[in-house]
Amino acid sequence: MSSKLVIVDYGTGNLSSVRRSLDRLGTESVISSNPAEIAGADKIILPGVGHFGTAMSNLLELNLLDALNEAVLVKQKPILGICLGMELMARQSEEGNVSGLGWFDAEMVRFNISDKQRYKIPHMGWNKISIKKDSLLMQNISDLSEFYFVHSYYLQANNESDILNETNYELTYPSAIERDNIFGVQYHPEKSHDAGAQLLKNFVEL
Amino acid sequence: MFRPRIIPVLLLKDQVLVKSTRFTDHKYIGDPINAVRIFNGLRADELFVFDIEASRNNRLISLDFVKNVGEEARMPFAVGGGVRSIDDIRRIINAGAEKAVINTYAAQNPDFIKEAARTFGSTTIVVCIDVKRKSLRGQRTWIMGGDVPTAFTPKAFAKLMEKNGVGELVIQSIDKDGTMDGYDIGLIKSVATAVDIPVIALGGAGKSEDLNEAYQDGHANGLAAGSLYVYQSKKRGVLINYPDRNELIFE
Repeated sequence: MSSKLVIVDYGTGNLSSVRRSLDRLGTESVISSNPAEIAGADKIILPGVGHFGTAMSNLLELNLLDALNEAVLVKQKPILGICLGMELMARQSEEGNVSGLGWFDAEMVRFNISDKQRYKIPHMGWNKISIKKDSLLMQNISDLSEFYFVHSYYLQANNESDILNETNYELTYPSAIERDNIFGVQYHPEKSHDAGAQLLKNFVEL
Repeated sequence: MFRPRIIPVLLLKDQVLVKSTRFTDHKYIGDPINAVRIFNGLRADELFVFDIEASRNNRLISLDFVKNVGEEARMPFAVGGGVRSIDDIRRIINAGAEKAVINTYAAQNPDFIKEAARTFGSTTIVVCIDVKRKSLRGQRTWIMGGDVPTAFTPKAFAKLMEKNGVGELVIQSIDKDGTMDGYDIGLIKSVATAVDIPVIALGGAGKSEDLNEAYQDGHANGLAAGSLYVYQSKKRGVLINYPDRNELIFE
């Protein structure tokens, strides 16, 4: 098999847990920050934990913006953004007030919670997803499955058709997005037991 | 619906799993990696792993050990024990942990937390506040595995840590540790209502009603326990266990 799955290393977060989850599925992957390798990938996972502004400047410094755009927009290769990796697919974020990749007509905004005793920020822990549209990524995942979340900003989608999952944390917001070959999940499938493993398997088998 | 996390805490001493009472009297429990495998099977929400002698011995938790946990854990896990530099945190994260837990050094150098949160993002940085009653002067924050008191009240220290950018707090009662007679609800509530970041209760849980009480009355967002998940009952026969979610009602 020659299909090449690349996990993008741009200096943020825990890449090894994504890598290990793929290992458990028997899927080979490479961790890379090489623009040519990313532009030539068959499938891409864009993970990430941390600060939106820092992440975008890292992508810029590593010369990865053109490589990602080429693979995803020109060659139409499937990509899965996880957590911050999903957030970067938006037009912009309030975190650092910088522009993102702009693949979705959406913005990241900070949670503005009324009941601060009940809903602490970051939104950290297990929460349910509701599945909003048919998707290969959601095969064999039941509606209202629980996934592990860690984030302080949420996505506001301007195109309802982009919304794949929704989650409630005082307000209901899109917790996964999908358009054509581009997938983003706010939660961490690599840390979400069986449902998470199934999601990664679905992405690998696309 | 969002629900509180239920978090087993694994204590490491001389590379084996132990359980303490009031931070002393360490009983041998078993092999830590085997415990991680069992908690995988039980679908635990998250794990905390603390090397309880690291700070006292002026060293970092074994990175090989963290790596071994990471090879097994299919849930998020946080690691603490002797963290005192940005490089320590980086090495823990690279070994596979989601979060680094800081206790002693956070009180010795509160500004370090600012730098850590800036470098790794708030969600990677957890501060564990160990609390013990000190004669008539009320509760204080203790460090060095409960050996050394500081001048910080738990609430003041929690607010300082929040200001410095920490992502969540563990509030551990040393007086309750291993007793299995319930969390210190007053302590948990006083901290949880003073900060806007998640607070995890630790110390004293002995039955599932205790978890519910810490959530309802203590306003904890995470419910951590040692004895409850490594002992079968208060008789303390070793049995790794985890509650059935359907039996816990958090409403």
